[in-house]
Amino acid sequence: MATAEQAPTGSRGPEETPVEPAALQRQFDETIARDQRIEPRDWMPEGYRRTLVRQIAQHAHSEIIGMQPEGDWITRAPSLRRKAILFAKVQDEAGHGLYLYSAAETLGVDRADLTERLVEGRQKYSSIFNYPTPTYADVGTIGWFVDGAAICNQVPLCRSSYGPYARAMVRICKEESFHQRQGYELLLTMMRGTEAQRRMVQESVDRWWWPSLMMFGPPDDNSPNSERSMAWKIKRHSNDELRQRFVDMTVPQAERLGVTLPDPELRWNEERGRYDFGTPDFSELKRVISGEGPCNEERVARRRKAHQDGAWVREAAAAHAAKQASGRATRQEAAA
Amino acid sequence: MSAAEQAEGIPDVPVDARGWPMYEIFVRAKRGLNHVHVGSLHAADDRMALTHARDLYTRRNEGVSVWAVRSESIVASTPDEKDPFFEPSGDKVYRHPTFYEIPDDVPHI
Amino acid sequence: MNDERISLALGEEGPDDARWAFGTGFEDPLHGIATAVPEGVEAARLAACCAALGDDALVTAQRLAEWCTDAPELEEELALANIGLDLLGQARLLYSRAGQVDGTGRDEDAFAYFRDAADFRNVRLVELPRGDFAFDMVRLLVLSAWRLALFERLAGAADPVLAAIAAKGVKELAYHRQFAAEWVVRLGDGTEESRKRTARALAEVLPWAVELARDEISAPFGADGGEASKALSDVLRQTADAAGLTLPPPAEAPAGTGRSGEHTEHLAPLVGELQSVAREHPGARW
Repeated sequence: MATAEQAPTGSRGPEETPVEPAALQRQFDETIARDQRIEPRDWMPEGYRRTLVRQIAQHAHSEIIGMQPEGDWITRAPSLRRKAILFAKVQDEAGHGLYLYSAAETLGVDRADLTERLVEGRQKYSSIFNYPTPTYADVGTIGWFVDGAAICNQVPLCRSSYGPYARAMVRICKEESFHQRQGYELLLTMMRGTEAQRRMVQESVDRWWWPSLMMFGPPDDNSPNSERSMAWKIKRHSNDELRQRFVDMTVPQAERLGVTLPDPELRWNEERGRYDFGTPDFSELKRVISGEGPCNEERVARRRKAHQDGAWVREAAAAHAAKQASGRATRQEAAA
Repeated sequence: MSAAEQAEGIPDVPVDARGWPMYEIFVRAKRGLNHVHVGSLHAADDRMALTHARDLYTRRNEGVSVWAVRSESIVASTPDEKDPFFEPSGDKVYRHPTFYEIPDDVPHI
Repeated sequence: MNDERISLALGEEGPDDARWAFGTGFEDPLHGIATAVPEGVEAARLAACCAALGDDALVTAQRLAEWCTDAPELEEELALANIGLDLLGQARLLYSRAGQVDGTGRDEDAFAYFRDAADFRNVRLVELPRGDFAFDMVRLLVLSAWRLALFERLAGAADPVLAAIAAKGVKELAYHRQFAAEWVVRLGDGTEESRKRTARALAEVLPWAVELARDEISAPFGADGGEASKALSDVLRQTADAAGLTLPPPAEAPAGTGRSGEHTEHLAPLVGELQSVAREHPGARW
């Protein structure tokens, strides 16, 4: 399908003068060096395109799979206000997924393909969504930690070198700040409630803290793709730097909330002016990413089922549209 | 099919057989402003494209008017044409208001 | 650090791209509207009407929420959630009004979470379990066409609060009706399978629409279930024509009505799920 924002596929029309690959590469490098954006129809190295497709698709999948752990609580939200907030939040995640798929499609892939890759388990999504949500406090903790970590990751991506991705991130970041705030506000309210609620909050914080730190990916000395992504300015900060930012941001919030973060090594380092903290169990991260998390199968199976169950609806709409179009064509012929 | 797809081994199936066609969406944020491109979406027909655009891109009162255009209907310049297309206007500095020096004490200009 | 400042601001790297600015047009639909019950309006009837119309909306929103992550396409997730949120908003306003005038001072959550299923007065159409997409689009078409006709009348109700809630609802319901009608046409006309499913959905849903014609709960406020049902019949006929479908012959209505508290076996589990967390934690704050 030809799309306005789609990148050229590499083949050129006979009337166009071929441009030397070296010259194209130089133009690309200069654009990056000047901190300008690469746009869809620009020439780009194949590795750059592939890296972007992978990263944006994984990001989009994460938004869509990420609807599940919280979406299950919409029907059970304990007040109508919380129900409306959560419904709108999970809806936003579907929207974010769509913004991102839309950005990925400017690179010449199709959303239907990306969805296939997800439901066949060939493309990954954020490991965090493979953890279960057994209590309502998890809705708050996800907002506070998971969306907070996402914001740390994503704010720098608003300056990503690829235009459509950066623009999608601007929009997403603005909307995410509502997500983080509603989560923290829920926890604050629960902490002012009953003793059982306070225990529920602490228990939830205990479960989500380490998986949230792992959202920033493996440590820098073990992150094979990071360096190249940073050179291309797809990515702006290292995993460890972002992880540190998240900890520095979250500790005072935890104090204010009155919960304990489950890390005995967590303490203020006067010299660095930052918090020291323990090392997450990255072997767990590896296991969860490779499909052995508590909910991997369930999450992908559910997405696959929704996609398959919806096939007859999508086909019906396409068939109706085709009939309408041919009906119009016939009427026009008759009129001519 | 793009090289990215070839690299990841996606079979070459016509897109329309698998999904709804793509539309580009333009939103007018408020009266007095142009419609601005905000992204794309998929829809089976024009009417659906508009309702989807409303639901996806104006959830927070972002717009007062929406355009939806089939992506394949958009005619675009290519980056290779950049010079012949846009550079001729680059030297027409007289089109820009800053070209004209006006003394500071002339009001409202 | 105060609560307002706890969240991460977008900070020094924050996007300065103002084109994405959120809209600011948040309006309180009840702003400046007197809340006293006007003379000549019977408070008990007003409360009953508001609570019942609130129940219709809440139960429908609950069924729509069950679609979350299961919609046939991602764009449809957004659409169904928008409709669910509109109806949830209507329920909240209507419950608040009911509690304001029935002398109990109950808030919206007291109505939603601390009444038993037997005290709900929704029409039974809305409590039927979620079906396939055709079933839920036909149901949404029936409900929103009927409710729109009611609300158009209620916008002129003697009670100014109910009138304002209805006036706001009219805009929402007109969109819901349009959305559902378009889908029923697509599915009715689309493929052999979608046509079969849509015909089946009509056969399953329409018997429960008979109850709507008998509804008199909003009669004291200028709306009438029978009249609204005529509007619904017109919409159904037009939609069926556009889809090339034949409407099933008028069906026998199942005995009883939801408005008199006679529900199907499907309501209690729905209400039980809705209330599970709230009731598990008495005295809690959320």
